[in-house]
Amino acid sequence: MNQLPPDVPAPYPVIDPLECKSCGRCVMVCPKKVLELGDELNARGYAFTRYKGAGCIGCLNCFYACPEPNAIKVHLPAKET
Amino acid sequence: MATQLIKGNTAVVVGALYAGCDSFFGYPITPASEILHEAAKRFPQAGRRMVQAESEEAAINMVYGAATTGRRAMTASSGPGISLKSEGISYLSGAQLPAVVVDIMRAGPGLGNIGPEQGDYNQVVKGGGHGNYRCLVLAPANVQEMCDLTIRAFELAHKWRMVAFVLADGVLGQMIEPLRFPETSTTPVTDVNWAVDGTAETRLNVVTSIFLDFDQQEAFNRLLQDKYAQVEAAEQDSEAYRLEDAEIALVAYGISARIAQGAVDAARAEGLRVGLFRPITLYPFPKDALREFVAPGGRQLVCVEMSNGQLRDDVKLAIDCACPVHLVNRMGGNLVTEEDILARSRELARSAGGRE
Amino acid sequence: MEQVVQTRGLYKTFPRKGGAAQTATHYCPGCEHGVLHKLIGEALADLDLQDRTIVISPVGCGVFAYYYFDTGNVQVAHGRAAAVGTGISRTQNNAVVVSYQGDGDLASIGLNETLQAANRGEKIAVFFVNNTVYGMTGGQMAPTTLVGSKTITSPEGRDPVQAGYPLHMAELINQLRAPVYIARVSFSNMGKLRRARQAIRKALEIQRDGKGYAFVEVLMACPTNQKMNVEEATRFVAEQMEVEYPLGVLRDRAAEAVPIVRSESDYAKETLDRIFSLDTDRAPDAQLTPDAPTFRVKMAGFGGQGVLSMGIILARTACQAGKFVSWYPSYGPEQRGGTANCGVVMSGTPVGTPLVTASDILVAMNRPSLEKFLRDVKPGGLLLYDAAMGEVTPPAGVRALAVPATRLAQEGGSARAANTAMVGVLAALGGFDLPERAYREAITCNFAGKDAVVQANLAVFDHARAWALEQELP
Repeated sequence: MNQLPPDVPAPYPVIDPLECKSCGRCVMVCPKKVLELGDELNARGYAFTRYKGAGCIGCLNCFYACPEPNAIKVHLPAKET
Repeated sequence: MATQLIKGNTAVVVGALYAGCDSFFGYPITPASEILHEAAKRFPQAGRRMVQAESEEAAINMVYGAATTGRRAMTASSGPGISLKSEGISYLSGAQLPAVVVDIMRAGPGLGNIGPEQGDYNQVVKGGGHGNYRCLVLAPANVQEMCDLTIRAFELAHKWRMVAFVLADGVLGQMIEPLRFPETSTTPVTDVNWAVDGTAETRLNVVTSIFLDFDQQEAFNRLLQDKYAQVEAAEQDSEAYRLEDAEIALVAYGISARIAQGAVDAARAEGLRVGLFRPITLYPFPKDALREFVAPGGRQLVCVEMSNGQLRDDVKLAIDCACPVHLVNRMGGNLVTEEDILARSRELARSAGGRE
Repeated sequence: MEQVVQTRGLYKTFPRKGGAAQTATHYCPGCEHGVLHKLIGEALADLDLQDRTIVISPVGCGVFAYYYFDTGNVQVAHGRAAAVGTGISRTQNNAVVVSYQGDGDLASIGLNETLQAANRGEKIAVFFVNNTVYGMTGGQMAPTTLVGSKTITSPEGRDPVQAGYPLHMAELINQLRAPVYIARVSFSNMGKLRRARQAIRKALEIQRDGKGYAFVEVLMACPTNQKMNVEEATRFVAEQMEVEYPLGVLRDRAAEAVPIVRSESDYAKETLDRIFSLDTDRAPDAQLTPDAPTFRVKMAGFGGQGVLSMGIILARTACQAGKFVSWYPSYGPEQRGGTANCGVVMSGTPVGTPLVTASDILVAMNRPSLEKFLRDVKPGGLLLYDAAMGEVTPPAGVRALAVPATRLAQEGGSARAANTAMVGVLAALGGFDLPERAYREAITCNFAGKDAVVQANLAVFDHARAWALEQELP
């Protein structure tokens, strides 16, 4: 895994625990394997996906593969010019 | 004012165009096809749209689409086609979309034949599709009314957000009579409160007939029934002919009413007190006027229809069986004759002592 | 500036859905309907089409698409989306119509509507979810179910002898000339998903530009009914569905296609009056003259003898003369061969029944017609029959005249106008008391736009009338 220098802003996913239905599509398509299904259940009874906290490269695979419109957002840092 | 000699089916298209109908969707069927033919010729001449649909179902669903956008839209067919359209008519009713459907009745059931009949009464007046809905039903009796009631059908359909039928038969569709053309034309306005027409103004609207929640579906059904009650209070229409002192009233609509009118004159010439009550709206049924006629008592009704007593059933309901209701009818493509009506009138007058 | 990639083109919350979870879809976990919704919504937002767009919700799992799409929405009957889309598109030229349908809806109950709308090249973007099964109704076999696949209604697996083969909708539609764009896509890996995203945008760009029909078939599995987790579902799509249903762009004519523009409605009364030629083709209103006699005329003959138009000329004459009048034909297959007849009623009061049973006058152009209708002629009535059928003995009290209609027409200058010759004879002997001007106007109107024909028929009319005036009726 290419480690980015700590002072460069990194992309990261934001997963709304309530909106995740625990299908695992995002986990399946993440090239960096930085997503995982947790053990904790949300209010609707699903064991929601968690971001491991580092390693996201902003490929957006998880966003596009996720069927729930409000479950995943991905923050991409400003592009360096 | 201009008068032209015109076929009944053509008069429907005249009415539609002057009423501001934007689009016609149809499928060929005798004896309604001339409506499609004339629409194919005339609608494009006025920039309006006409599509020969692949099926009756497609035609009524094209109407559903056009009606969704708030435009005035119509289709026309005969019994077998109306059967196929019944699904779409239920959906239109469930979505409270306005539309005009013309039924030029032929003999049935099944393929039947192309002769005139009035056997679609129950299908059209009671609703051939599923659910607790009603359609406005207007019954022309001549070529002039084929035009005028088509115009009224559009006005009522959009006033009440309902399907409005023009219910005629093969004779009215095929016959030619003088038509006085409309003196005005309508430029319709889209009701942006409910229409979905692909503009920012209507983007938040939705047209649907689904209420998953049972209570919501019931509430919607109640709302429909309330609307129908208002329709019944506001839109009943009928015509009386020599009814003032009549002891026997013939009750007939459409072409049967014209034949009955001739029988009234013949009966009067013999001194029989016979008159004619002609419903112009079949839904709402003009029960107030009919009740008024039977209220004094001692009167009899004779339903004259080209069907198996379908009209008679509604007449009995309308007057709550307050007096005898008889039936003179033909089916299969045959018209009732003046002679049949006259014979029955004589018989009834004799047994009731109803001579002048 | 940091960018936040999130769902667009869909509502933020879904109040139409009701219930407790108004921020989640109604779809099962792992179902890719939501993926397709997001891709369509994103494209509509990117292309700035939301105001113009009307999304059609089908019957199937997509029935509640209107919970989600931040556009105009309409929900329709099972299988009828393409017809509804046609109605919308034809009346709203600028609307972007999106039809979202599943395989039962589009490929089974709505197959006719689907193919015909495609064949007309309607301006609709169709997104077709092929997941090989009826989802909403509980996992029945679909037209797209793979051979051997078990469903509730193919418990031993789809047997092609019983149930036929999987229906290839994209290929079927590719047989038609009108569609602009046809593609089949899947989401079974990210590369395919990104190609799907491009196909969806393309279909919507074509709508933006009003260029016509676009069809995108999207392969998915149904994790619930097929009892698969997302990995199994994805493998099923990649390893089985894509073998049966190859991915790719089957057609892309977007660059060449030209926008389709529908006409604008003209509501002006002047336009309508002009269309119906009210300036030239008009008759006076009928005048109430209760003392005038009523005539009921029956005309009958072979189809092709001009019997119906003979009746129309007579009816038009009466109309031009301010009479109440009706014309009623035998109609339907009869007029395409066999015999034809019509009845004309003219009166000084509104016409009751237009049917002529007992007739004052019978015009018989052939013997079968004569035999059929002669007994209905009233005592004192008149029979005019074509002399070509030989001598006829009329019933007592009926006056009869053999009319050499064809010869009179020939002598008048138009052999085909035997029917007009009969009208001339009727004018002389019918006893109608209609002005000659009315006959001439009726003939002129009947053949409007064909001056030579008008002149020929007027000559035949004059000749036959002159002939008739010299005849003596019994």
